[in-house]
Amino acid sequence: MELCPSVKNVLLLDSEGNRVAAKYYCDDWPTNSAKEAFEKAVFTKTQKTNARTEAEIAMIENNVVVYKFVQSLHFFVTGGEDENELILATVLQGFCDAVGLLLRGHVDRREALENLDLILMCLDEIVDGGIILETDPNVIAGKVASQSVDAGGPLSEQTISQALATAREHLTRSLLN
Amino acid sequence: MAQPFVKKDDDDEEAEYSPFLGIEKGAVLQEARVFNDPQLDPRRCSQVITKLLYLLNQGETFTKIEATEVFFAVTKLFQSRDIGLRRMVYLMIKELSPCADEVIIVTSSLMKDMNSKTDMYRANAIRVLCRITDGTLLTQIERYLKQAIVDKNPVVASAALVSGIHILQTNPEIVKRWSNEVQEAVQSRAALVQFHALALLHQIRQNDRLAVSKLVTSLTRGSVRSPLAQCLLIRYTSQVIHESASNSQTGERPFFDYLESCLRHKAEMVILEAARAITELNGVTSRELTPAITVLQLFLSSSKPVLRFAAIRTLNKVAMTHPMAVTNCNIDMESLISDQNRSIATLAITTLLKTGNESSVDRLMKQITNFMSDIADEFKIVVVEAIRSLCLKFPLKYRSLMNFLSNILREEGGFEYKKAIIDSIVILIRDIPEAKESGLLHLCEFIEDCEFTYLSTQILHFLGIEGPKTSDPSKYIRYIYNRVHLENATVRASAVSTMAKFGAKVESLKPRIFVLLRRCLLDSDDEVRDRATLYLNTLGGHGSEVETDENMNEFLFGSLEVPLVNLETSLKNYEPSDESFDINSVPKEIKSQPLAEKKAPGKKPATGLAAPPSGPATTVDAYERLLSSIAEFSSFGKLFKSSAPVELTEAGTEYTVNVVKHIFDRHVVFQYNCTNTIPEVLLENVAVIVDSSDAEEFSEVASKPLPSLPYDSPGQTFVAFEKPDGVTAIGKFSNILKFIVKEVDPSTGEAEEDGVEDEYQLEDLEVVAADYILKVGVSNFRNAWESMGADYERVDEYGLGPRENLTEAVNAVINLLGMQPCEGTEVVPSNSRSHSCLLSGVYIGNVKVLVRLSFGIDGQRDVAMKLAVRSEDESVSDAIHEIVASG
Repeated sequence: MELCPSVKNVLLLDSEGNRVAAKYYCDDWPTNSAKEAFEKAVFTKTQKTNARTEAEIAMIENNVVVYKFVQSLHFFVTGGEDENELILATVLQGFCDAVGLLLRGHVDRREALENLDLILMCLDEIVDGGIILETDPNVIAGKVASQSVDAGGPLSEQTISQALATAREHLTRSLLN
Repeated sequence: MAQPFVKKDDDDEEAEYSPFLGIEKGAVLQEARVFNDPQLDPRRCSQVITKLLYLLNQGETFTKIEATEVFFAVTKLFQSRDIGLRRMVYLMIKELSPCADEVIIVTSSLMKDMNSKTDMYRANAIRVLCRITDGTLLTQIERYLKQAIVDKNPVVASAALVSGIHILQTNPEIVKRWSNEVQEAVQSRAALVQFHALALLHQIRQNDRLAVSKLVTSLTRGSVRSPLAQCLLIRYTSQVIHESASNSQTGERPFFDYLESCLRHKAEMVILEAARAITELNGVTSRELTPAITVLQLFLSSSKPVLRFAAIRTLNKVAMTHPMAVTNCNIDMESLISDQNRSIATLAITTLLKTGNESSVDRLMKQITNFMSDIADEFKIVVVEAIRSLCLKFPLKYRSLMNFLSNILREEGGFEYKKAIIDSIVILIRDIPEAKESGLLHLCEFIEDCEFTYLSTQILHFLGIEGPKTSDPSKYIRYIYNRVHLENATVRASAVSTMAKFGAKVESLKPRIFVLLRRCLLDSDDEVRDRATLYLNTLGGHGSEVETDENMNEFLFGSLEVPLVNLETSLKNYEPSDESFDINSVPKEIKSQPLAEKKAPGKKPATGLAAPPSGPATTVDAYERLLSSIAEFSSFGKLFKSSAPVELTEAGTEYTVNVVKHIFDRHVVFQYNCTNTIPEVLLENVAVIVDSSDAEEFSEVASKPLPSLPYDSPGQTFVAFEKPDGVTAIGKFSNILKFIVKEVDPSTGEAEEDGVEDEYQLEDLEVVAADYILKVGVSNFRNAWESMGADYERVDEYGLGPRENLTEAVNAVINLLGMQPCEGTEVVPSNSRSHSCLLSGVYIGNVKVLVRLSFGIDGQRDVAMKLAVRSEDESVSDAIHEIVASG
């Protein structure tokens, strides 16, 4: 008997139901087409509901799915039939808010894809192999952000040519804007 | 630099813009070559990894070669000290899940990171290494993992603990050595560390009940702060309560106070977990339920849909067993019928239908009618099933409920939904006689415009049985004959059968039925024409010899005596020859249903249109084939019954033996299934010496030893006994396993020349009365009971003495008789004082037996039972009583 609360998947879809990022932690959906079919079912069943102010909930294919829509992104967390709904909702809240923090409030498909590395790291910090790792959005975002602040790397590690290239890029951008 | 990834210049125009537009696997794999540059550009490398991860995330797969190449390239990136890049490297390695010989390449890098001063490196390196490693490497890193578990940084500790939980699945013996460290971590101040440590500690100890019980006892005194850990503790506690439930009814339930105190916790997830745990306690009393119901009631009016859903879902389950406990919430639930979330609304409706009283039915039905139009089929089915049980509860209200069903039957809907409605109407017709005529007409109307062949044929079949018994059977003929003109061949054939049934039962309609049937002789379909010809002959429509009434009725209305699955396998096994197929050779035993079917809620057998449950018949077949292949037993005739295997040795002994009892008319064959569990020995000449001195009526006629029994390949040896014909002889047999032991050289696998004779005491075996009764169900017990008649009915009363509860008494009698419980009557509602149970079976000699049991329990838990038996043979009815009297 599985006693530890577990998450079956965490999904991030755009407003048309396309996958932005998804992570599956169990073998219920072994192939990509099975995954896509599940995502489609989840998206169509929840599409017309209003899950903006509060997280919503539905039973889909004998799973509990909690979900929330923020701007143009749809967040989902799936658990087993008997899972404590509020535990799943806590995971969902952590995911939504952490993504909100990481994307600095621009929660849309484009912003998410442009910062996909952050989103994927964020997923990695929330659930590990189905076990809940962290649910506090500030802690999650903090762990992800601390690692990406200096993504450019300290200047000393950049070669001259790279430094020049970066500078050129900055210049062109400032000229164009 | 070609970096579409960070270009922000060309946005705004199209919303469909994606940084990954036009991305191609081949190109990205090419790009991954930058990982090999002597001068690494961390940003660019991060971007390429992101692209690779994007591809994987979208479902793209890498071939083995591609994955290996990427993996080796990625390992080069450990040279860079860029934190962000390292993080992406970790992610990438986890996604690639490298094979064992690849893991070695990164092991040293990861182990270095595991000892780094940077917490993030330590935490992630642990997670990555534990994810990809196998057992051999674990012993090397075990020391670091134990340290990490008690690391003062919670992220590192959690990483090690969670990894421990994963590793425990594959290498439990290693993780079990960390018990001390894990125990220390349970006391951590960090909420999630406590949660992870508790989860791991419990998994380490889960097979040791006493240790789990101790763990729960010490922790429920209150050192757990994290809500998630508290939820875990509640789950462990209810498990402990469940396992120690045997002495619960007398005294206080252990740990109940703890569960109740959790209802006052400040975290909602803990309150819900505790409330749910209380409602799911075995034999929960209404006093115990009250506090849990009260908090759930508060949740019902929460602004959060998730909370409302969780509460109503729990209450719905409670209402199935304790409807009265939930009535206090009725007002709150009625306001949920208009909830935005349709799942919540549906749950509210179905709960109300269970808790409502007779006077509120009409008001509820009005609310539901408005509600039905805007929910999906899956919810509608749930509502229909709830209405069906409501109608059976309040039969007087059948009129409004039947109207409701017929109204929704006319509306749009898919197959499953329509089938649920039809099933409900059929059950109402069967159980409420007043509802029959109106119900049948609703069904007739439905098949006039029904797009589902399956439903049409089922309804036609049902009409054929019930229609002729109504006051005016002729009014149904038109609906049925219309099918012959308008439908496909399957439906036409079934309409022909139905008409024939009307013709057989209603003498006045016969001539007109003949006219209709003759028209069907020109049908384009073979089956339809064949059926019409067949029925015309049976009913005498061709002026030929008329069958006797009894034969005709048996032919038209008699039930198929064999389970369909068994018939199917027998037909498949039948090889065309001069000998025609004999239906009497089909085994009649119904195998117990697989667990999954039993779990399906609300789907009691024999309540719908569906046929009685039938399971796989493979084992019966296999036994029959096995026995008939042995010359000594081939003359014993037809196998009547094979018992389930009975273990004669305890688990984990050197030799394991179980026995299957095969019952024939005049013989009994014991099939001993033996397994040798010692790799170093070979057994030869294995036989069982049976002492039947305590079984006087049996005499041994044959024995078939097993020539050789190598390690781990089971073999069978048989012993056959003769017994008086038709007598249900019972007795006890003691068994000794005799054999010659030969040692086997483990390196060559060859046995030594010489062996030693040895024997091994097995447990005793009994042949009991239940071995002579086959579990054969009937689809409609009342009909079967009535048609059996009271000629050989025997009724008597018995005192069963003090019992724990009624369930125990009912199961004891069912097991004693070895008969099939019908219509789900083996389930005793909790806390009930009386219960009726219906059993059916076939006694040896192919005699049908039906049993009606009525149980009652008094304050001292003394159980009394009234036993009524009907069978086709007086002596069999008496025999059943004898079994109970002597059992």
